[in-house]
Amino acid sequence: MSKSGFWHDVKKYRALLLMLAPAVLFFLLFAYVPMAGIVLAFKQYNYSDGIFASPWNGLNNFRFFFESGDAWRVTRNTALYNLAFILVNNLLQIVAAILLFEVAGKWFRKITQSILFLPYFISWVVVGAIAYNMFNYNVGTINVALEWLGFAKIDIYNTASYWPFILVAVTAWKALGYGTIMYLAAITSIDTEMYEAAEIDGANIFQRIFKITIPNLMPTLIILVLLAIGNIFRGDFGMFYNMIGNNSMLFSATDVIDTFVFRSLTTNNEIGMSAAAGFYQSILGFATILLANYAVRKYDKDRALF
Amino acid sequence: MASPTATKGKFKFSDKTLLSIIGYIIMTLLAIVCIVPFILIISSSFTDEMAITLNGYQIIPTVFSTEAYSVLFKYPKDMIAAYGVTIGVTAIGTVLGLFLTAMTAYVLSRRDFKWRNQFSFFFFFTTLFNGGLVPWYLMMNALEMKDNYLALVLPLLLNVFYIIVMKSFMSSIPDAITESAKIDGATDFGIFIKLILPLSKPALATIGLFLALGYWNDWYNALLFIGKSEMMPLQYYLYRMLANMDGLRKAMMASGMAVNFAMPTESLKMAMTIVATGPIFLVYPFIQRYFVKGLTIGAVKG
Repeated sequence: MSKSGFWHDVKKYRALLLMLAPAVLFFLLFAYVPMAGIVLAFKQYNYSDGIFASPWNGLNNFRFFFESGDAWRVTRNTALYNLAFILVNNLLQIVAAILLFEVAGKWFRKITQSILFLPYFISWVVVGAIAYNMFNYNVGTINVALEWLGFAKIDIYNTASYWPFILVAVTAWKALGYGTIMYLAAITSIDTEMYEAAEIDGANIFQRIFKITIPNLMPTLIILVLLAIGNIFRGDFGMFYNMIGNNSMLFSATDVIDTFVFRSLTTNNEIGMSAAAGFYQSILGFATILLANYAVRKYDKDRALF
Repeated sequence: MASPTATKGKFKFSDKTLLSIIGYIIMTLLAIVCIVPFILIISSSFTDEMAITLNGYQIIPTVFSTEAYSVLFKYPKDMIAAYGVTIGVTAIGTVLGLFLTAMTAYVLSRRDFKWRNQFSFFFFFTTLFNGGLVPWYLMMNALEMKDNYLALVLPLLLNVFYIIVMKSFMSSIPDAITESAKIDGATDFGIFIKLILPLSKPALATIGLFLALGYWNDWYNALLFIGKSEMMPLQYYLYRMLANMDGLRKAMMASGMAVNFAMPTESLKMAMTIVATGPIFLVYPFIQRYFVKGLTIGAVKG
């Protein structure tokens, strides 16, 4: 393109470009400039020199991160938690959506849907308060119930092995309504003629679910799962932080990359190492999302992200 | 509902009825699981502190008491301040964010705009790759965001996903509207304000509510950037109080509470949670359908 053509276009679209300017500036400042800050991962940061003048230290930050053993622990936790979330959440949501669609009367469907969706609207801080209410050693409802049934109390906040189950359950609880509504929308869009034809052919309701509903849900499920796998190295900081906080008793089972980076930055002030860990996460995340998108593209070109 | 049918002389449920019963049971159980935690919090907030210490939190108050709320409303200064911050941040952030989201989306939806794909990619790329928390955090500090209300507004202002949803909504508005207005001499900005915004009301309502919910529930940016107690938004204030009741005790004493006053800590935590979440419960029945609409748009568009 010739230069004069370019400036001609700039003039032609100046109003549209001006309207885009705030958003462009916003993402430049809050997304692209920090990308340049990745150099921090290769530096021995000190406040007086700042980001760009601090001395280089090669791969020392990465070496420190990997040799401490933290890298493997937090990467494994992040990936395994996300896999468990994907599996449990989608399974529950599909079952709930099918049951709501197939059996429920209209009022029952509406009320149930509203109740299931409620947890989506509260902050993770409030979920943290609910967890405290249930899991506290002295006054928690779980221990109240255990004592009432004649069992010994359990010290949930000091026992790491309970937490993978708790975190999966809490995530499923919060996401249930959201996902159920999405799958319900997908079921509702299935051509009703298929059901009518199946009924005429004498299919029972279970055959209809397994031969029509579930196969028709597969495209939605596969896309959602692939996209979720693309984000498998991104931990839900809000959830982990409000459920676990700074309770180091639980870190072996609950520390994910995001909480590790946050703690290294704010508590330990290890700028270089936390930047290295963050960069490592960004690269892993970028690679998996490209792979996931490639897979989506193979499966259904129109649903690919890009 | 299918009714029980008689086959071969035996009384037998049809498969439809069987599934119906299974469905009612499972869905009722799931609904109970979803609602019980809220009931627990409400009951606990209305339970006498002594009873909680002795018997723990229970689903039905063993000894009913409104003491936690009366303590909370006796010294409401901090809570009111936190409410003020949250309401202000939510109002400003939602209005500004919605306007910028819509304006950006409109330009990207214009088929005659030569660089729409390039700019779309410019925005979209930020969801694939980012510099991580640390450079962003240092840059926010370099921009003087510490103890600055802008730190609560800016990070949530624009979201690429909302821009995409808005753009796909606006793409369904016929081009002819923009074209005929242009022939009549309207400017691009004028078209956006006078024609496109009014036509986009359903999408604006949905995205606006998503934005508002995000601002109302945000505590993370306060965790990173807000140190002054009078600048804390509601959710972060609640977080601090849950994590540190001593802080609450001190704050209450500072605002004039008798030192030897026995404070109801366990019931108070739950009462604060209710007060911080109250507005969401109150508007939930009215706003829920907009969220459902937003989700189903997302599901259909993929």
